[in-house]
Amino acid sequence: MNRLWNNFKKYRFLLVELVKKDIKLKYRRSYLGILWTLLEPLLTTAVLTIVFGNLLGKGGRTYPVYILTGRLLYTFFSTSTKSAMKSIQKNSAMIKKVYVPKYIYPFSTILSNYIIFIISLIVLLVAAIVFDVKPTIHIFEAVIPLFLLLVFSLGVGLILSTLAVFFRDLEYLWSVALMLIMYTCGIFYHVEDLDLGGKIWIFKSNPLYLIIVNFRNAVFGRPMDTEALIISVVSSAIAFLFGVLFFYKQQDKFIMNI
Amino acid sequence: MKKEILRVDNVSMKFNLMEKKVDDLKDYVIKMIKRELRYQEFWALRDISFRLKEGERLGILGLNGAGKSTLLKIISGVLKATEGNVTVRGKIAPLLELGAGFDLQYTGAENIYLYGAVLGFSREFLREKYDEIVEFSELGDFIDVPVKNYSSGMKARLGFSIATIVEPEILILDEVLSVGDAKFRKKSEKKIKSMFDKGITVLFVSHSIDQVRSLCDRAILLEQGRLLADGPVEEVCKIYEEKINS
Repeated sequence: MNRLWNNFKKYRFLLVELVKKDIKLKYRRSYLGILWTLLEPLLTTAVLTIVFGNLLGKGGRTYPVYILTGRLLYTFFSTSTKSAMKSIQKNSAMIKKVYVPKYIYPFSTILSNYIIFIISLIVLLVAAIVFDVKPTIHIFEAVIPLFLLLVFSLGVGLILSTLAVFFRDLEYLWSVALMLIMYTCGIFYHVEDLDLGGKIWIFKSNPLYLIIVNFRNAVFGRPMDTEALIISVVSSAIAFLFGVLFFYKQQDKFIMNI
Repeated sequence: MKKEILRVDNVSMKFNLMEKKVDDLKDYVIKMIKRELRYQEFWALRDISFRLKEGERLGILGLNGAGKSTLLKIISGVLKATEGNVTVRGKIAPLLELGAGFDLQYTGAENIYLYGAVLGFSREFLREKYDEIVEFSELGDFIDVPVKNYSSGMKARLGFSIATIVEPEILILDEVLSVGDAKFRKKSEKKIKSMFDKGITVLFVSHSIDQVRSLCDRAILLEQGRLLADGPVEEVCKIYEEKINS
């Protein structure tokens, strides 16, 4: 354990460099650059508001804010897990030549995506101001779901990056799974509106949904939903621990498959 | 008394060669059901043991497939040995062929920090050595150009500069000593020789017996994964020559 920590300290600089590189290179050649990260959720929220808000008459006055609270978090989860999946293969040249603690690759892509995600929360802030969603004391509780989101994504990312080394078609399977996850996140509809009855477990078994629920609570000035909180803490912890162990056990076999 | 810097104890390496290639989930499940998941075992290395003291320059000789690169990969930590143990006391810098680990979109300057970080060096150390590295590579203004626009010689020069200026305790040369044009080659040979004088430990893999003779003071001979000889470079080279000529 001590050796693991010392190793981590030794490669701290590398982690920072890799995160810096991801962010720098992402915007280096693009014209709009960082603006696109802010523009894209705005545009898609506008579309969703028009379609579901005006046309289908749902949502209410603060609908765009409602959409954004779900959409931004889901987008982080999907982009970070997708890039974590490819991270080992992408860095295969380096892994085959020099010793590097391999977990640093999925870690760094997820962290760089997290930083960009935090920046994109500016859009949420602007929308909250425009649509008159006033912050209450509960806004500080938002830190909890945001932290759980990172832990959960790290766990899932580690599992996926391990599996993707051995199974190339995982990318396609995961895209389909993400679609399912997205629809059970309640991004553009209110789950309470649906007459689900017993079937609510479909949503409650999606940790991302539960994290979004509590994030929404914090933003809209409601207290945390305890049930959602407990389940999301437990599932994030399990995902993270399992991800770390699984990755650790399989990592020595990576080089034979990349 | 020179300290021991590398210790290889009974190292063996087994590779599992799948009889039929399995690349995706579908194949894997189908083969699992059909019970066709058979592995063929291939022992690339068998019970290799040797010790290296600080400042020694070890040549690793052997025909193709003897296990030389596999041994180097295990020593540098890229591969984990199936059996046995490797203990290293110091920083290892492998000489990347043509900068294989560079990020092509990044500039030469940015890659210096990136590769330095990969080797485990700190930001402060790299900042100190930065000017030396750029100067040695003779890249000039090109240092701020993305590496994807470099010629192969430029990439090699940058890789070489970083790996040697950072002064690792152990330098691994895997059949790469002819890097760059004649002028740069002379400079790099001079640099390597000065590193030798400073007492750097070297692991040198080569097919060229002459190069091994001139650079190393000790050598080991591998054949089909086994250690055949370990001793002063002249002796081992003779044994190797006899094997080739027999």
